[in-house]
Amino acid sequence: MTPQSAFFILAPVRPQAERELLALLETMNAQPGHADPNNAVIPFAQFPQLHFARVCLVRDDTTSDVSAYGLPQPQYPLYLAIVGDFDESPEDFLKDLSERTASGLAMLFSHCEGFDRNGDLLAWMRQHAAPASAWYANWKGRTMLQIREEAALRDAMETYLDGHWDEVASASPLELHAALRHYLSGEIAAARLTMTPDPPTRWQWWIANAFASVAPIVLGIVLSPVIAVVAVVLLVLVRIRESTDPEICPRDDPRHRAGIAATEDRDVSNPFSAVGTLKPGLVRRTVGLFGLWILNYAAQHVYTRGRLARVRTIHFARWVWIDQKRRLTFMSNYDGSLESYMDDFINKAGFGLNFVFSNGIGYPRTRWLLADGCKDEQKFKNFLQRHQFYTQVWYNAHPGLSAVDLERNARVRAGLEARSLSPRDADAWAALL
Amino acid sequence: MIGDETSVVDYGDVQGLVRFAHNHLTAAYYLLLRIADARSARAWLRSAAVTTAATVSPLPDTALQVAFTASGLRALGIPETVLVQFSDEFLSGLSGSQSRSRRLGDEGANAPHNWTWGTAEHEPDVLVAIFAEPQALDACVRSLQTPEWNAAFVPIATLDTSNLGGVEQFGFTDGISQPEIDWQQQRNLRGDKPEYENSVAIGEFLLGYPNEYDCETERPLLDPGGVNDLLAPAREDPAKRDLGLNGTYLVLRDLRQDVRAFWSFAKSEELASMFVGRHRDGTPLVRTGATNNDFTYARDPDAIRCPFGAHIRRTNPRNGDFPQVPFGPIATGLQMLGFRKSAFHDDLTSSVRFHRILRRGREYGPGLTPADAQLPPPANDPPRGLRFVCLNANIGRQFEFLQNAWIASDFFNGLVGEADPLLGNREPGLAGESTDAFVLNRAHRARRRVPALPQFVTVTGGAYFFLPSLRGLRYFAQAGEEGSQ
Repeated sequence: MTPQSAFFILAPVRPQAERELLALLETMNAQPGHADPNNAVIPFAQFPQLHFARVCLVRDDTTSDVSAYGLPQPQYPLYLAIVGDFDESPEDFLKDLSERTASGLAMLFSHCEGFDRNGDLLAWMRQHAAPASAWYANWKGRTMLQIREEAALRDAMETYLDGHWDEVASASPLELHAALRHYLSGEIAAARLTMTPDPPTRWQWWIANAFASVAPIVLGIVLSPVIAVVAVVLLVLVRIRESTDPEICPRDDPRHRAGIAATEDRDVSNPFSAVGTLKPGLVRRTVGLFGLWILNYAAQHVYTRGRLARVRTIHFARWVWIDQKRRLTFMSNYDGSLESYMDDFINKAGFGLNFVFSNGIGYPRTRWLLADGCKDEQKFKNFLQRHQFYTQVWYNAHPGLSAVDLERNARVRAGLEARSLSPRDADAWAALL
Repeated sequence: MIGDETSVVDYGDVQGLVRFAHNHLTAAYYLLLRIADARSARAWLRSAAVTTAATVSPLPDTALQVAFTASGLRALGIPETVLVQFSDEFLSGLSGSQSRSRRLGDEGANAPHNWTWGTAEHEPDVLVAIFAEPQALDACVRSLQTPEWNAAFVPIATLDTSNLGGVEQFGFTDGISQPEIDWQQQRNLRGDKPEYENSVAIGEFLLGYPNEYDCETERPLLDPGGVNDLLAPAREDPAKRDLGLNGTYLVLRDLRQDVRAFWSFAKSEELASMFVGRHRDGTPLVRTGATNNDFTYARDPDAIRCPFGAHIRRTNPRNGDFPQVPFGPIATGLQMLGFRKSAFHDDLTSSVRFHRILRRGREYGPGLTPADAQLPPPANDPPRGLRFVCLNANIGRQFEFLQNAWIASDFFNGLVGEADPLLGNREPGLAGESTDAFVLNRAHRARRRVPALPQFVTVTGGAYFFLPSLRGLRYFAQAGEEGSQ
């Protein structure tokens, strides 16, 4: 198995350089917000292991919300964010990226504070890497190579079925399985299809992963009395604050909404980028950090097979603290319209959303941290849309394929690779075609 | 029928269309008007005998309903501070942005620039819907046209309708699936609803009442004083006057149906029924309970009897909040966390209770039998189709969600390469993926894929309207008057 990784580079934009940078970002696109895969700045298509990427400015129109707590509006820099999800180790990928797109990256970073065109690009990028506090991948170990091969495989099978309908129409699932295996072995032999076997997982990764998954549980059990006490105290403290924390959920500015909407629904998948400020005080900070830690643990060790709780539409998502953990950015790649994404959030994962996002200023009122909150549907949607920011450049390496498509294609392939299937399994497999 | 006195709703303040389809009045016109003179329009509004939802005996022999687009309210002189409190979808309009058109599948032949009404100078301000007995309809329309009316309005279009006896143009009994409004507010809106229920909160179809999230939908709430006191206080904030209360949003889409293409392609009633999800007499393809609206797809999880892509399975998947009905709190908790064993299609479709609409459309054009539809068309074959009308409190979450995620989407419920078999525009997706197929699952056999469906339905016009309460109408007839003085 090849585990996936992510990078997130964050660099403050020079105050006078914003307009020029936006013009440069525009040159990377083929459609509003959608990258030309072969654009001159970062030709994403040259990185076959890249799943998704985005280049955007982290614009936050909500920084004055802290005035609800009597605090002055802080001045944060405008950041340039370069973000991606890919199949190898971050070190290798960044090195590869910095070598093959050095001039493009330098063009981008030359709009940022403290960038030296003659300096070491890779070192500069490492310096500006912002680690994700929580990161979610839809399916651990599913590589771009696998996605491409399986999509081609499924297309070939569909074409075969349609082209040989007279022969396959009355075939039983077992006969169908045999016929398709026969057909595809021919295609593979003729090199019209490839089915690269999953490479063995590096033993170092297995050990590190096993440790990371078990250690917190052991530690949690050992420290459970302490954790229980702290959790109860925190929950009570949160409960006290919940009843008075201000809700700031006005409807989003129609121009802001229209700008973002112009980039959306041009593909099965869409990008989502948002930023907000953490509520002041140690209690919210602690709960926010703890919430993201739990989320990350769940994403890395529990929800690794196509489902984040009940949500099946998220390809990759990341939660990244910025500005000394005073603000949080959230970026995801999801299937469907924003309306259906928010529907998924509210109706399928509301408790988790409340846990993490209710520590942000202005979030709809929660009850005992997990209840209510986003169930106040319109307030929640207003909150989310107001914190959303425009993603100038977004790249999807597999347009037209939803996360569910990828899961089905993988299941189809797995069934096909099985030398024999039980009649029951063959039935379930045939139903996926 | 439920007695009027048992509801929390003052039916006398609600336009009749919300509660009744006026089916006994088999003739109808939808008059689309532009306001030429606001003062006359307001005077006409004050005199208009708008039909309410109160029951009368005997049944009325005509019915009149009035609704406005955002531009209509602007033309009446409604202050901008009030207007901005209506929903974004209403303010922007059905054809108001390319982003919306893309989302709703209004592209290709469906694109607004091809519409006969609904854009630019063909955008209406007012919808007047008039229902009557067939022989009385024209007289009824004439009686509307007072001197005030003639000074007030310029006609944009007059949409006629036809009575095909409860059968839509493709030849299928229509209007069966309708939500039942919980007029008496008997449902507990707190907590999850694991199973499909046809009863839906009033707030999904009328503004000012709790919706399925147990919240009141956003709408204009005005400060008391002056003309605003024509309005009732808001239920959740009695200090405010509620312009939305007992009103709702009305979506009108003109859908031209190519009945000849439909039957020439389907040929058999069997395939046509698979497209629809019902037999022509309205019987659903899955087994029903007492009526043709009393069923779910729980016993057809693999879509053997009714395809996943069938029109009625897309537009009302009849599911609850959970894919499996939980038994007890532990099972519920496990399912919430995604730990219960689940099937491939589980959780791919949103819970339907947040996405219901009330349908109030009528057919137009002469009917055509399936047999005649397969004959060569005569010269001057008249157009036929549906004046699709639906009512909902939240256009974005109800009509637009349904139209986008369930009708136009080519990955609804994990499907590949197909949109709604009746309504799909057959335009390719961004990656060039085709959307014009239709898949029939078969028990213990490979699926059968029907390729290359032609476009059967074309959008030829449409707009978003606000259907106000009777109090709201009085307010609209007055508010601009004060503003212009």
